[in-house]
Amino acid sequence: MNLNRYMNLLIPIIAIILGLVCGAIIMLVSGYDPIAGYSALWYGIFGESYYIGETVRQVTPYILTGLAVAFAFRTGLFNIGVEGQVIVGWLAAVWVGIAFELPMIIHLPLAIIVAGLAGALWGFIPGFLKARFKVHEVIVTIMMNYVALHVTNALIRDVITDNADKTEKVFPSASLRSEFFENITDFSRMHYGIFIAIIAAFLMWFLLEKTTKGYELRAVGFNHDAAHYSGMNVNKNIILSMVISGAFAGVAGAMEGLGTFEYVSVKGGFTGIGFDGIAVALIGGNTAIGIILAAVLFGGLKIGALNMPSEAGVPNELVEIVIALIIFFVASSYFIRWILLRFKKEGK
Amino acid sequence: MLQALEIIIPTALFVAAPLIFTALGGVLSERAGVVNIGLEGLMIIGAFVGIVFNLNFVDVFGSATPWLAILAAMVAAAIFSLLHAVASITFKADQVVSGVAINFLALGLTLFLVKNIYEKGQTDRISMSFNKMDVPILSDIPIIGKIFFSGGYITSYIAILAAVIVWYVVYKTPFGLRLRSVGEHPMAADTMGINVTKMRYIGVMLSGAFAGIGGAVYATIISRDFGHATISGQGFMALAAVIFGKWHPLGAMGAALFFGLAQGLSIIGGTIPFLKDIPTVYLLILPYVLTILALTGFIGRADAPKASGTPYEKGKR
Repeated sequence: MNLNRYMNLLIPIIAIILGLVCGAIIMLVSGYDPIAGYSALWYGIFGESYYIGETVRQVTPYILTGLAVAFAFRTGLFNIGVEGQVIVGWLAAVWVGIAFELPMIIHLPLAIIVAGLAGALWGFIPGFLKARFKVHEVIVTIMMNYVALHVTNALIRDVITDNADKTEKVFPSASLRSEFFENITDFSRMHYGIFIAIIAAFLMWFLLEKTTKGYELRAVGFNHDAAHYSGMNVNKNIILSMVISGAFAGVAGAMEGLGTFEYVSVKGGFTGIGFDGIAVALIGGNTAIGIILAAVLFGGLKIGALNMPSEAGVPNELVEIVIALIIFFVASSYFIRWILLRFKKEGK
Repeated sequence: MLQALEIIIPTALFVAAPLIFTALGGVLSERAGVVNIGLEGLMIIGAFVGIVFNLNFVDVFGSATPWLAILAAMVAAAIFSLLHAVASITFKADQVVSGVAINFLALGLTLFLVKNIYEKGQTDRISMSFNKMDVPILSDIPIIGKIFFSGGYITSYIAILAAVIVWYVVYKTPFGLRLRSVGEHPMAADTMGINVTKMRYIGVMLSGAFAGIGGAVYATIISRDFGHATISGQGFMALAAVIFGKWHPLGAMGAALFFGLAQGLSIIGGTIPFLKDIPTVYLLILPYVLTILALTGFIGRADAPKASGTPYEKGKR
């Protein structure tokens, strides 16, 4: 038991180190200086208050998409559709933000709730199909991503605007923008959404660990059949899990729509926030606190990487490679576990 | 109406070819019991290698360049797919997660290399590709000849031929039987003396090879250069074709052709009278919505190979 707990902490750390080492080797092989590359990365995260602000801004949606993926994972489902749920949430939030004129105390929560509902609806469909028709949620959620992309683009073009590529800005009463954060971070786009993300992480922890419903959801995740025999409604829990997962993702979309950009534009491709959420959840071990830490790691890597081309001449895609490798190493933890156990045995 | 078909069918064939190749790869991998969400990433590798090889060696090989480029892409993607094989078979990683990692890694690595080699976000356009051709004799058949056998690309016909060959190999040869047995009941296969690990490695590497061809064909014929958006979702479409086609090579080909048709419609929908009034968004989402409907049971149920997605552990019951 003690060993297990220690492993859960050790494996992500080893995976991160291995990922960074591989990144350094790739830089060396392709003729870059890894030390310059990584110090540019470091400076790009912590070097200026502006960078710190931007990192926090990037971390905000990552926490939420990480929670979305993790919530589904905990109940034995794999939600690749977080990306699509983010997109519909983003659109829904901005739509509410520009369609109504309300006092902030109503407007802002309304926009966030509607975004959550939109994401929840996008999660409900694969959940329902899984529960009712046993259709694999991975394929349905992938398909729903594309449907989300095309449908939101069409709505932005033809319904919300008059053939424009992006909407106007949301009313200030629906904006998450923070003058205070802007002032202390040299006008970065850091916004109040970070508090919402942290509250959401707390909510997930509370829901899963402290409530009866959460116990049921986890039980379904551990073993469908056992949960069924002990009288739990497995199908209902599958749908509920996808709905909650989708709602987290929808709120992540609202962070972009009400905080970072304050508008929504026609997209040529996916945002990547949802897919990165898979990595965040995986590294974070699907626990609330782990996800916050993993989101900070990925947000930092992403923002810091932007500094690499100008300062060290290293393409910022290097960080994508490092992230992919970290996922690989965590996924293959069987191997790391095996080696660690071996060392432990020999040590005795 | 006939004229519309003369535009739509060749377009469908043209768009479907990369999907057919990649979907065949998906079938082989899943038949061996390994889910391969990484098809998208393997296509990316194929497209990248296909274009870079083409750009670098066009002066050396002349008109043979596109063929050799596809060959190079096939080999490169097969080697790249080893990562998925090692992670999911030997290290018993979650196959879906490992596939997702393949997708991330392929995109990051190729874009990194493009920037390293060309110092910009995308490659130059290739100058040497395949030419449109008429199939001799068959294209002279009235009506059908014009619709199916004129002005197509040779790769489309090869794709269809490949589907028939894969069907034959999977269902009519001892190798195919071994491959399928490993995907259905690895323990029984192991008892019969089949090397489960080896067969699964072969399945995954074949999927890499086919997806590499698919990516290279897409890049050579359709996009003609390589950038971050060259392959965006075709691998997932191919995966959908695998499932839509009930894990059967010919079924997967049919599904890929159908997706090609749907995409063909959305590309040229505006020029055809009875489609002009339908907003493009419906045509764009058609393939995805139909896949979901098909999975839900409108075309009858089909089950994945039983052991697909589960690592095999010797001695575990």
